Amino acid sequence: MSKIRCQCGHENPFGTVLCERCGRPQTEEAKKSKLIDMRYEGSARRSQTYKKSIIDKVWNFFSSVKIGVSIIIAVLTTSAIGTLFPQKLFVPVVREVDIAAYYEKYYGTAGVLYYKLGFYDMYNSWWFITLIGMLGISIIVASIDRVVPLYKSLKKQRTKRHVSFLRRQRIYGFGSVEDADGSMAKAEEKLKALRYNIKAEDGALLAEKGRFSRWGPYVNHTGLIIFLLGVLLRGLPGFYVDETLWLREGETRSLPGAPGYYLKNNEFIIDTYSKGEDEVFGEAIDRVGTIVKNYQSDVTLYKEAEGGLPGQSEQLEFVKDYSIIVNKPLNFDGYNVFQMDYRLDELKSMTFSLTEKASDTSLGEFTVDLINPESIYRLGEDTYVELKDFYPDYDGTEDGKPKSKSPVPNNPAFIFKMVTPDKPAGEMSFVAIRSTLETEPNDYKAKFVSAETRDTTGLVIRKDKTLYILLVGGIIFMIGVAQGSYWNHRRIWIQEGEGNELFLAGHTNKNWFGLKEDLDKVKDFANLPLYEDRQDTESSMDEVKGDNS
Amino acid sequence: MELASLSANLLLVSFVAYLIATMFFGGAVKGSNSEATYKNNRWGNIAIVITIIGFITHLGYFVLRWIASGHVPVSNMFEFTTAFGMMVVGAFILLFFIYRTPSLGLFALPLAIIIIGYASMFPRELAPLIPALQSYWLTVHVITAAIGEAILAISAVAGLVFLLKNVDLTKLSKQRFWLESVMFTLILVVGFILSASTFAAMGYEAKFTYITQSEQQAQIVYNYPPLFGMNEYESLTPDKMTPFAEMPAIVNGKTLTTLVWSVATGTVLYLLLRLVLRRPVATLFQPFAKKANSQVMDEIGYRSVLIGFPVFTLGALIFAMIWAQEAWSRFWGWDPKEVWALITWLFYAAYLHLRLSRGWEGKKSAWLAVIGFIIIMFNLIAVNLIIAGLHSYA
Repeated sequence: MSKIRCQCGHENPFGTVLCERCGRPQTEEAKKSKLIDMRYEGSARRSQTYKKSIIDKVWNFFSSVKIGVSIIIAVLTTSAIGTLFPQKLFVPVVREVDIAAYYEKYYGTAGVLYYKLGFYDMYNSWWFITLIGMLGISIIVASIDRVVPLYKSLKKQRTKRHVSFLRRQRIYGFGSVEDADGSMAKAEEKLKALRYNIKAEDGALLAEKGRFSRWGPYVNHTGLIIFLLGVLLRGLPGFYVDETLWLREGETRSLPGAPGYYLKNNEFIIDTYSKGEDEVFGEAIDRVGTIVKNYQSDVTLYKEAEGGLPGQSEQLEFVKDYSIIVNKPLNFDGYNVFQMDYRLDELKSMTFSLTEKASDTSLGEFTVDLINPESIYRLGEDTYVELKDFYPDYDGTEDGKPKSKSPVPNNPAFIFKMVTPDKPAGEMSFVAIRSTLETEPNDYKAKFVSAETRDTTGLVIRKDKTLYILLVGGIIFMIGVAQGSYWNHRRIWIQEGEGNELFLAGHTNKNWFGLKEDLDKVKDFANLPLYEDRQDTESSMDEVKGDNS
Repeated sequence: MELASLSANLLLVSFVAYLIATMFFGGAVKGSNSEATYKNNRWGNIAIVITIIGFITHLGYFVLRWIASGHVPVSNMFEFTTAFGMMVVGAFILLFFIYRTPSLGLFALPLAIIIIGYASMFPRELAPLIPALQSYWLTVHVITAAIGEAILAISAVAGLVFLLKNVDLTKLSKQRFWLESVMFTLILVVGFILSASTFAAMGYEAKFTYITQSEQQAQIVYNYPPLFGMNEYESLTPDKMTPFAEMPAIVNGKTLTTLVWSVATGTVLYLLLRLVLRRPVATLFQPFAKKANSQVMDEIGYRSVLIGFPVFTLGALIFAMIWAQEAWSRFWGWDPKEVWALITWLFYAAYLHLRLSRGWEGKKSAWLAVIGFIIIMFNLIAVNLIIAGLHSYA
């Protein structure tokens, strides 16, 4: 690819539209057009220059803004569809078959379609991740394609430009003034007062302001890429822990995902707003009913003793007491423990009395711990109750045998073998809440006396090493987007022509009204020729063609 | 309670102030002949002063309510929407002082009025904060997000003025159809306000029990004559109207009833207007847009996106993620409200890229701004009331 030699003698890279040095148009198209396209300063962009090989084609595909915007629209549209029905993780069933059935049951044909097309778990679907990946590549390629030539040409730009460059600017003025040199000097003074950077040479003046805003888009794209990388890292082991723990009052358990740490639930508390204390909210409390004020788990954190055997929960060192409430997680060693859920009044233990049916006399009471039941409860020398079988969450029978739905004691049932001095062989009895079954009529029964309940707190344990990467990405994005949005890159060229003639041209990347305000001030002060905004205001605004890339 | 009622009165004052200011902006637009008188019109000056007075009383409402309830008043539909209306006025004032164009006020203030009217249809009493909202991030996140959305809304107002001026309403065209649809939608909101306040004034209430999706019994109170019943409903107020049809558990019969009443009222209102006017309703507003300079409107549309987009990003995405990380243990959970904030953000990102690189200016960009506002409103209204999620507090 040969270099392009401009009339001014400067050698431009192949593909250049406007000469890097004097600004003369280099392509036939640019020579013919009334207004030149100042985007990327008419520099040679790779995507506009090389179009042959596969690499060129892939590069050009991803560098295209049209493709970028299409990807954005695709992400946006599919995301919107994904909110029509709840996502998989909000559906109260787990098995894939049940999930399919759930969508069919509640959302009919639309639900079936939603499930089949993968929208029920779309944010983890391969095609959504592919779209995000393409977006990332597009951001990188499109930015590199533009920022490098843009940087080079802005750095190289000369103060004096060829008249054909000035004449093709949107803001352009030409005319004779009384004293060209005096006007130039006054313009320089005023532009300095307006905080422009001035460069002057040989009857030409370039006033420039806010160039750094041109880098805004590239800075914010960098932030986005860092953010996306952070998200990607979460897939690697060790970067990300997400576990749940149900902890009953009084229980101490090891924290899943945080080896060596143990947590004890001392108490779980729910407070509600009361009309007495929170008088101003009386009306709302009347209308809605109960409004929760606080969920709180009072916990104690322990650590395994140094040198102790792993998994040995006897040797625990106290770390700290803490009250976990919503919005105030427990923090330690990079981990966070959040208050997420709760269950109230779970059965803790049940107390029975071994009773002789005929006389209704008790031979003694025994208490079954529903989490760690014992196998034998001794009541006297020849009197004991043996727990033959235990069903914490009794759910009817299957093939003649009782079964348990879960290990949580929601509906406990027991098979007791009651051994008494009268019946040394023992009597068998199946005891569930509100029912007792006996294979043969017994003389004794286990009579329910009382039950103890407790609350269970639902905690989530998280560790996320990527958070800082995400935060850095977010901050860089914000800096870039502010830089690009709140500042403008304005340039004003003033050049002397023959005699007392002056050329005046202006360009800004946005906010033309601001540029014109500045120009008006300079024009009035320095007696410059009149200029015009050549983007015909009312008629040609609708279809201004951009570079269709 | 004293503070609360004073705060409510201040809100009423600002509502009236916005109404009066709109009329003065109308006078400013009507009475000006040249660009110069248009910019520095006496009517226009009075109008902006009244607007600012309204904004200050609105701010007074906000601050007093904050003191009365002890937390920032943005925690339910009424509070958030009222605050959003205030920020729309604030954003308008900001852009008015940059561009000095009365036409913008003539359309921005009625929008704020409709927003406040809509807000007042929701329960207005002071409500305590549920645990998830008890954080200073409520203040930071919600206020920043609302300011961002308000500035973006001004872009839609400028777009609307641009379109009213530049779309030929004398001939049938796609653009005329869509512009008229926008007008129709605005009238539907008025229909909702009218019907809701009528039945509220009558004190209409019909109580039902019904079976929820999780197969539990619950109670519900309708403030409209019930057209659609909840799943397996049973009336507790037999003297009131019986619903025409029963809905399955996934459809909220009450919401549907409200929707149908509002649409019906709005449609009747629209048809009456058409009958009186005998031409599209948009033509009624067109004369008020005629004096606006298209290029100024286009510039305002673009500028307000440029100003609003970073603020929106900060409030609705970054602060939101930080808070979500703290309250829900994950910065992003694909909750519908979050997803729609992302959709809004992506949409304006697309707007900026189209405008920067593909030269979408004028009508195209104005339409995009209007669509952007529709997305914002969808996130506020539909996502809160119809698509349930963690954010549905109202």
